[in-house]
Amino acid sequence: MDIFINITTDDFDVGQEYQKLIDANHQDGAAVFFVGRVRADDSSKPVQRLELEHYPAMTKKALMQIAEKAGERWSVNQVRIWHRVGEIHLGEQIVFVGVSSRHRQSAFESAQFIMDYLKVEAPFWKKEYTADGEKWVEQADKDIKASQNWAVESPE
Amino acid sequence: MIKILFFASLREQLGVAQIEFDLASPASIDEIKSKLIEKGDVWKKAFSRPLLVAVNQEIVEQDTLVSPSSEIAFFPPVTGG
Repeated sequence: MDIFINITTDDFDVGQEYQKLIDANHQDGAAVFFVGRVRADDSSKPVQRLELEHYPAMTKKALMQIAEKAGERWSVNQVRIWHRVGEIHLGEQIVFVGVSSRHRQSAFESAQFIMDYLKVEAPFWKKEYTADGEKWVEQADKDIKASQNWAVESPE
Repeated sequence: MIKILFFASLREQLGVAQIEFDLASPASIDEIKSKLIEKGDVWKKAFSRPLLVAVNQEIVEQDTLVSPSSEIAFFPPVTGG
């Protein structure tokens, strides 16, 4: 299993990342990728931009561990994760998670697994900037629930 | 000496990103937290909310023992992705 992790202020090109995922990868018939972007919320003073902070010594390590966990549960051959940090504007890309595997079930499920765990374990923090000022984003209950959905039931 | 890092809103609340801490013998995260809270009201308030803690870049439970050359990080629940 090959894992590529990129943490940078630079934006990614989806076409390039997809191409790298499938290059010389003839045993895999399935590729799935997810892109997360900065969205406008419903408030009267919508988000203009985010500042993405991270724990530099830990982020790559944490994402590596999440990808490895996915590799233990599913048969996947390539994982590519690109997560931006720093200033990111409305509509711009934040994160790319791509997976390739022989068949589609592993690809779909492992990509979702990686995103669900990234949301609760990877040391990034978002600060929103609106016309009203700045505010740290709070972790959402739905994200905690999503990661718990993957918990393996241990035999009694 | 252990290095203690603070991130995001916790760092802003405390007004400091990093401190060094003299640890003569292994102590638990809980014990270290108690010592930090002694520093004053701002620290007491900051540590009264749910926080995650990492030792040497791995998230751990609060009763984990920390050795004197470790790097500890306290931070709010994460919001990446």
